Amino acid sequence: MTDAEEIRSLTRQLLADNPPATTDRTDFLKARFDAGLAWVHYPVGLGGLAAPRALQAVVDTELAAAGAPDNDPRRIGIGLGMAAPTLLAYGSEEVKRRFLRPLWVGEEVWCQLFSEPGAGSDLAALGTRAVRDGEDWVVDGQKVWTSSAHVARWAILIARTDPDVPKHRGITYFVCDMTDPGVEVRPLRQITGEAEFNEVFLSGVRIPDAHRLGEIGDGWRVAQTTLMNERVSIGGARIPREGGMIGKAATTWRERPELRTHDLHRRLLDLWVDAEVARLTGERLRQQLVAGQPGPEGSAMKLGFARLNQAISGLEVELLGEEGLLYGEWEMRRPDLVDFTGRDAGYRYLRSKGNSIEGGTTEVLLNIVAERVLGLPSEPRNDKDVAWKDLAR
Amino acid sequence: MTEATKQTGQTEQLDLLYSETEEDLRAAVRALLADRAGHQDLLGRIETESPYVPGLWKALAGDMGAAGLLVPEKLGGQGASHREAAVVLEELGRAVTPAPYLTSAVVATETLLALAGESAPATELLSGLASGRTVAVLVLPLSAHPYAAQPTTSSVVGVADAVAADVLLVSRADGLYAVPAAEATVEPQTPLDLTRPLAKVSTEAGSGTRLAGPDEAAAAIRRGLLAGAGLLASEQLGLAEWCLEETVRHTRERHQFNRPVGSFQALKHRMAQLWLDVVGARAAARAAAEALATDSPDAPLTVAVAQAYCSKVAVRAAEECVQLHGGIGMTWEHPAHLALKRAKSDQLALGSAGRHQDAIAALVDLPAPQVEVIGAR
Repeated sequence: MTDAEEIRSLTRQLLADNPPATTDRTDFLKARFDAGLAWVHYPVGLGGLAAPRALQAVVDTELAAAGAPDNDPRRIGIGLGMAAPTLLAYGSEEVKRRFLRPLWVGEEVWCQLFSEPGAGSDLAALGTRAVRDGEDWVVDGQKVWTSSAHVARWAILIARTDPDVPKHRGITYFVCDMTDPGVEVRPLRQITGEAEFNEVFLSGVRIPDAHRLGEIGDGWRVAQTTLMNERVSIGGARIPREGGMIGKAATTWRERPELRTHDLHRRLLDLWVDAEVARLTGERLRQQLVAGQPGPEGSAMKLGFARLNQAISGLEVELLGEEGLLYGEWEMRRPDLVDFTGRDAGYRYLRSKGNSIEGGTTEVLLNIVAERVLGLPSEPRNDKDVAWKDLAR
Repeated sequence: MTEATKQTGQTEQLDLLYSETEEDLRAAVRALLADRAGHQDLLGRIETESPYVPGLWKALAGDMGAAGLLVPEKLGGQGASHREAAVVLEELGRAVTPAPYLTSAVVATETLLALAGESAPATELLSGLASGRTVAVLVLPLSAHPYAAQPTTSSVVGVADAVAADVLLVSRADGLYAVPAAEATVEPQTPLDLTRPLAKVSTEAGSGTRLAGPDEAAAAIRRGLLAGAGLLASEQLGLAEWCLEETVRHTRERHQFNRPVGSFQALKHRMAQLWLDVVGARAAARAAAEALATDSPDAPLTVAVAQAYCSKVAVRAAEECVQLHGGIGMTWEHPAHLALKRAKSDQLALGSAGRHQDAIAALVDLPAPQVEVIGAR
């Protein structure tokens, strides 16, 4: 069942059996999952058809043309991009059947309990403890930068199960129930005034051993699966020229001649060129993926995106003159979705500061490019053969 | 460009990958240059009378057919496109090869292509260029760009590869002329980039064969310079890529403080940043080659973007190459200076980044300010 024609005909059958106009959104999504058209490269029975991943485009095109509802992937990005591939790779049959369907349909939102106040770039130094107690594990510690924690039903969690071995070896990977009475979620307010993220305090949280993913002590390797699967939008929409933040600045420039200065003009053109080249780089990467030649250029995209967003939004605040002195509102909100280009220039300027920190700091990503792409030697390290409990902190 | 594409930027899909044929061509050119024109060969030649490696042009342009890539088969060429010529230029940039490829096989060839069909002498000259038997260059300074009217003086300085040309294409008030080199005065100048000889070229009024009238000639020259600027981006890409590879190789091998200097984060980050720049340069240069090859209405903008971006990347890569090589990078014996001089000279060639940005401002409607300062005098 891997042929584009067969997939197209299955998609049309789904639409015929569940007309989007008269079918409840969740029912439609469940039917789509059960027809194997959720993610065609997943196994049969788990929302897929064991088909090549590229054929997903056939389904998506047919469904979009028919006006079918989607599963609002931006709302459940952590579940789709990080939890699902890890559940698929390491979960038992029972775990996969229990979790994947409500995850994909969006009935259950997932969050990620990885970073800690003392373990940011050095994630493997994490100190949240999980101690075995009969058939359960008991977890105590603190996590941070957790988006969606306040709406999440489940979390993927890494915790230390053996403090007496070097840090990468004493970690175990779990599925954590966010409704456990020991889980406390507190909003973490950011420089924008909003609280997109949360702090999560774990006190005596009980996790059944059946919700462990991978072997005891093998959690670091399992986490690599999660991190490597951070969503790559294969065959995603092409970005039009001036599609990102540069479009906002260019529009203001065109509409407001009184704001123009020579200094801003030169910088705007520099950034316009950089943004256009970033667009072409993304387009080239997309073509490479479609042609089955994925390259390391993906890491270039994130680094370039961070730098560009920061520079463009900074320029925009300057361009706006006296309006740049104002800010929309500082009231603390807890948005469900993050929109980098949303709100006003001041918000964009502040929010984009996070782009070079979240998902790997620019400094760490440059190390990764240098070592994995260019093959440069790593810095000498003094933490590899030391038991976690003996590390400086 | 229509108003709609200006404003919304809906662009047609450009193929930004390399085809198998293009990769084969690259391998063939790289092997030829490694065999005949390595950096040590060049270091030995750049201060002699001619930096051009004897026989190399015949092998590249004639035997391999690289000079005729832009020319249709019925006009004596290979019937390929700017995409393939761009790959040749990437390799010539990597090796910093002295060869009249950009000047004759791209700028002059594209200029003549605009006239072929209308002008019998242009068509005949074109078939000579396509076979590599004839080298022709446009008598304009290397810094000439497609966004201004070209001068029509009888004497022009800074003409690239004029010393290698058999025919000089001279722009005069009454049109474009093909003047045999023997009837012109070509006085070599001392160039910053010793791998691309420059000369002062003087011709007598009325000498040579007229190929086109002034309006036709101006449009043809503009087309030649636009193609040259677009494909120069590929030369710059190749050069930047070589600089990065050499720098990575050197810093992995070079030890100081009992460790490879390439393990220091301060250096790694600079090389990683350069890699990001090269990734962008590849997308920009491929886009320009593809837009020229498909005669896209977007070509002028895509070319200007590629030049505005790639000329800076090449200079940055060459400057980083010198700095991260330390003392050896400052010596005449190491080839880093060949790349630095080529990159710096390429920054001015066929329009500086600023000229191309000015063109972008006009093409996408981001006009410069009209500033009036009251009380400033």
